[in-house]
Amino acid sequence: MTVLAPTTAEETRPPGAPAPGRPRRGGRAPLAALLLAGPFALLLLGTVLVPIGYALYLSLFTERLSGLGFDGPHDVFVWLGNYADVLGDGAFRDSVGNVAGYALVHVPLMLGIALVLALLLDSATVRLRQVWSLAVFLPYVVPGVIAGLIWAYLYSPNIGPLQDLLPWDPLGGNGVLPSLVTITTWQWTGYNMIIFYTALRTVPRDVLEAARVDGAGPLRTAWSVKVPTIRPTIFVALVFTVIGSLQLFTEPLVLRSFTGSVTSTWTPSLYVYEEAFISNDYGRAAAASMLLALASALLSALVMRLSARRSR
Amino acid sequence: MNTTGSGSRWTSRGAVHALLLIASLYSLLPLVWLLTSSTKSLGDFSTTGAFALGGFHLWDNLGDLFAEEDGVFLDWVRNSLLYAGLGAVLGSLICAACGYAIAKLRFPGRRLLFAVTLAGVLVPTTALALPLYLLASQLRLVDTFWAVFIPLLTNPFGVYLARAYADAAIPDEVLEAARIDGAGELRIFFTVALPMMRPGVVTILLFQFVGIWNNFFLPLVMLTDPHLFPMNLGLFQWSSRVTQFPQYSPLVITGSLLAVVPLVAAFLLLQRQWRSGLASGSLK
Repeated sequence: MTVLAPTTAEETRPPGAPAPGRPRRGGRAPLAALLLAGPFALLLLGTVLVPIGYALYLSLFTERLSGLGFDGPHDVFVWLGNYADVLGDGAFRDSVGNVAGYALVHVPLMLGIALVLALLLDSATVRLRQVWSLAVFLPYVVPGVIAGLIWAYLYSPNIGPLQDLLPWDPLGGNGVLPSLVTITTWQWTGYNMIIFYTALRTVPRDVLEAARVDGAGPLRTAWSVKVPTIRPTIFVALVFTVIGSLQLFTEPLVLRSFTGSVTSTWTPSLYVYEEAFISNDYGRAAAASMLLALASALLSALVMRLSARRSR
Repeated sequence: MNTTGSGSRWTSRGAVHALLLIASLYSLLPLVWLLTSSTKSLGDFSTTGAFALGGFHLWDNLGDLFAEEDGVFLDWVRNSLLYAGLGAVLGSLICAACGYAIAKLRFPGRRLLFAVTLAGVLVPTTALALPLYLLASQLRLVDTFWAVFIPLLTNPFGVYLARAYADAAIPDEVLEAARIDGAGELRIFFTVALPMMRPGVVTILLFQFVGIWNNFFLPLVMLTDPHLFPMNLGLFQWSSRVTQFPQYSPLVITGSLLAVVPLVAAFLLLQRQWRSGLASGSLK
């Protein structure tokens, strides 16, 4: 998979083949390209690039009342003041701690289970592959709000059975983290399992045959042949999962209606929401948004670097 | 078969199927709970076991659901279908066109567009919510259909997939032949390229439908008029009253069932399409 190291059409073109889509007959191709690529380019500009730029701008200003306050509030340029405020805010640091703890459990657990299940599906002994993979995939289509609601009820005393079954108090102060991990792992395992399984199907059969002839058992083959082959796919899934984990928002917000253990700023995304739409402190919310985007970019870069090093 | 090697005990047929069964139970039991619970009256809901059946009240619950607040739930169903249906059809077409252009046409800025698209895949949507809201409010679009609809059309990952599909599925010779026949580039896209990319485009459409149907942050931020809510935002609002007013529980649960069933049905029916689409798209 080539998400972050795209091979372009030119590079993959066999030598001597004609360049694809070279403009012919007086530049009609550029016009066509404008019409075909234009709508998406406009959307990307208007709903991603401009908002990011705007958030950056907002994060550098704060609203102050001037003098005696007769003129109404106006925006003051504060350099990185909002960033300092956000980073100095105990609530924000707690939210980062929560989401870091959550990601450290959720990411390896979910991807690990997904990989093991994909390898099981790919093993020769399995019957009814379609049925198993579909069963595990189905939670992916459940909206986050509804997933949160279903599990919140299952966690609730007197309604769901989990209060008695789980080794932790699912809605108590220390139980919220494993409870959230349980919800999001439920949602995402099947999707990633299918991605991994699809990648495993492309491992050349003669390589597997050679491993078998060399006396490698199924476990050995899985670990030493199959997993290394799909490593790029695993790293891409890792990037998406890490970014998704940083954005954790819907499930804790839903749980808030059922327990007081989730604070209104439990994750960085909840913090942004609270600062922007409850406190109306746009500068601070924008700074927190930018920090979130920055963290995503840095972590993705880190994971991709790691992946590049692993594959030499 | 597969009885050689040190792992034979653990990869034996029984153990493999036991693990798959456990994973399936984890995945399906919450959905079974949703199904059984939506048949229960409020009284049975808190007194019968989680998976036990009480009296059958599904039809009563559905009646109550659509009668609540003058039938606002029907608006939510319609809105979800509009946001996700129109959004996915239009959005996947936009993705297909752009992905095709990047893969098969040469134009200035092509590499830049693709690089920015890949960066766009990685931008956290929760970081975009505030600036999108403020921009929408300057354009007087807050609390309108468009405030939710337009941003959700943008699907950078869909463009990435569409480019991969176009690269893999459309031989340059076919495009050359069409050009020699005198067909214009737009016509070639719609009549030659798009049909060849069909399994991929259906996959993008299906996943974008789910993405929009399940999106929560944007409607939460943009909308205050309940008549514009999608199902999940409306159900979230009702669910926040559950601790004070338990009578909302059957409504929330029955409504949740209705929000899940169409997606499950779509993925069951279109299995062959999206499985092959994922295979050809993610594995370039």
